[in-house]
Amino acid sequence: MESVAPTKWSLNRVLLLILFIGLAVFALFPLVTLVIASFKPAQELIRFGLNLQMNADLFTWENYIEIFRLDGNYLKWYGNSILITIIFTVLSLIFSSMVGYGIAMYKFKLRNFIFVMVLVIMAIPLEIIMLPLYKLMISMKLMNNIWGVILPFVVAPLPIFFFRQYAGGLPRDFLDAARVDGCTEYGIYFRIMMPLMAPAFSSMAILQALGSWNNFLWPLIVLNSTEKLTIPIGLSTLLTPYGNNYQVLIAGACFAVIPVLIVFLFFQRYFIEGMTAGGVKG
Amino acid sequence: MESKAPIVKVNNKEPRSKFSKILYSQTIAPYVFVLPFIITFAVFFVYPVFSAFSMSFQEIVPGESKFVGLDNYQEIWNPMFKKAVMNSAIYTVLTLALLIPIPLVLAVLLNSKVMILKDMFRATLFIPALTSVVVAGTIFRMAFGELEGSLMNSIVTSLGFEKQKWLGDQWLGMMTLLILACWRWIGVNLLYFLAGLQNIPKELYESASIDGATTWKQFTNITMPMLKPITIYVFTISIYGGLAMFTESFVLWSGNRSPKDIGLTIVGYLYRTGWEQFNLGLGAAVGVALLGITLIVTIIQLTFFGMFRKES
Repeated sequence: MESVAPTKWSLNRVLLLILFIGLAVFALFPLVTLVIASFKPAQELIRFGLNLQMNADLFTWENYIEIFRLDGNYLKWYGNSILITIIFTVLSLIFSSMVGYGIAMYKFKLRNFIFVMVLVIMAIPLEIIMLPLYKLMISMKLMNNIWGVILPFVVAPLPIFFFRQYAGGLPRDFLDAARVDGCTEYGIYFRIMMPLMAPAFSSMAILQALGSWNNFLWPLIVLNSTEKLTIPIGLSTLLTPYGNNYQVLIAGACFAVIPVLIVFLFFQRYFIEGMTAGGVKG
Repeated sequence: MESKAPIVKVNNKEPRSKFSKILYSQTIAPYVFVLPFIITFAVFFVYPVFSAFSMSFQEIVPGESKFVGLDNYQEIWNPMFKKAVMNSAIYTVLTLALLIPIPLVLAVLLNSKVMILKDMFRATLFIPALTSVVVAGTIFRMAFGELEGSLMNSIVTSLGFEKQKWLGDQWLGMMTLLILACWRWIGVNLLYFLAGLQNIPKELYESASIDGATTWKQFTNITMPMLKPITIYVFTISIYGGLAMFTESFVLWSGNRSPKDIGLTIVGYLYRTGWEQFNLGLGAAVGVALLGITLIVTIIQLTFFGMFRKES
C-alpha cells in the first residue's frame, strides 16, 4: 500500500495527480468557505452569502463568542450530542457484536431467521415506522429523553451484518481449545473473540459514532425542549427563512465538525483497514 | 481465563445451580448472544410495522381513532404525493447513475501502481462524509443562494451568464441536491470499492498481462466481475438511501418548505402529514406506500442481479 518514492514522473502519474488534486479541492472547498465565513461579520454574510473573499479588516471572533452565549444552549447541545454519541456507540457495539458473533459462530434454530430479519431491517426504510415508534415513545414515557433517541436503534442491522461477516472469518480452533480449557461460552467471547475482532470494532465505532453525531430525523422527533436538543437539531432551529442567524449557524456548524475530524484523522487507518478486511465483501 | 469459574463458585456455595448450568450451556449461549436483537426487533420493529399498517386504516385524532378503511390511501393519491414520489424517484435514479460509476473508476485509478499519495487522497475525499447533513446543507444553501454575491452566482456571472435562483427552479434545485449528494458520498463509495479491490488476487492481473491483455480488457474482464458483490452492496444501499432521502431537502429549503414542492420527497410528505398536520393515519399510509415502493424496487433488483448470477 505504501507509495513508492516518486522516481519517475510519467505522464499517467501527472494526469492522475491533477485529477485527484481537483477532486480534493472539490471535497474541501465548501468546508474552507464555511471556515472563512465563520470569521466574517453578520452583515457581510447577509449581503454577499457564502464566498471565498476574506477582507482582513473584517476578521472577527464575534460569531464564535456568540455561539457560547446563546443562553448557553449551544454548549448544552454539544454536551447532549457527546453524551448520546458515547452511550449509543458503546451499547451499539457491544450488542451488535454479540448478535453478529452469535449468528456467525453457533448453529441454532433461530440462526437463519435472525439473519434474514437483519437483512429485512436493512432493506426497509425506517422512516415508515417513525409514526408508530413516536406513539410508542409517548407511551413508554421516553419522549424528550436521551434514551428515547438511543434505544430504538441501538441494535443496528448494519453492524450486526458486519460483525457476522468478520466473526465468520475467525479461526474456530480457538473456540474448541478454550472450551477444553474450561472457559465458558461468554468467557470465550469477551476474552478471546472480542480482542480478535478489534479491527471490526474500530471501523464500526467510527461509523456508529458518526451516524449518531450527525443523526437528524429521529432526534428531531423525540427531542422537543431547547435544552435537550443535539447539535444538528439545535443548529437547524437557527435556520429561519429570514436568514438572520446565519453567522451563529455557521460558527456552530464549524465547531461541530471539529470532534469528528479529530477522531477520523486519528483512527482513519483502523477504520479503512477494518472496512477492507471485514464485512463489505458483499 | 481461569478466573471465571471460581467467581461463579463463590457466588453459589453449592456446585453451580441448575439455572446457571443452563445459562452457561452451549445450547443456550447463542440465544443469550442474540437476545438484544430479539428484544429490540420485537419492540422497536415488529410492533411498529404492524402498528403502521393498522394506523394507515384509521383516522386518528387526539383521544380517539376510528377505522376508515382505504380512505387514507385514497387521500394520499393526490398531486402533492405524486410530486413527492417523482422527486424521490428522479433523485434515486440520478444518484445511482452518478455515485456508482464515478467512485468505481476513481477507486481503480487511485489503486493503480503509478498513483502516489494514495492514503492522503483517500482520507481527503472522505472528509465531506464527516459533516452532518445539516452542516453540508447549510453550506450548499448559502453557496447556491439567489444573492448576486453568492458563490455559484459569482461564478456564473463571471462566466457571463445571468444570475440564477438555484433553489427556486425544479431542475436547478435537483442539480443542487445531486451535487450535494456527490460531494458527501463519492468518498464513501470510493472507500467501498477500494476495499473490494484489495480482495482481488494480484495473480489474476499478472497472468492476464503475461497473456497480453490490455488495461481496458483487464478492467472489464477482471476488475468489473470481481467487484460485482461490492457493487451490488453499494447499489442496494444507494437505492434505500435515495428513496428515503429527506434531511438534505429539509435543510436546503429551510424546513420542508420548497417553492412549488420542488424539493418534496416521500419522507418529506410523511413528515408533513404526520407531524406538521398531525394526521397520523395519513402519514402511516404514506409510510406503507413507501414500503410498497421499496419492496417493488427490491424485487426488480433481486431478479435483475439473480439473472446475472446464473450467467457466471
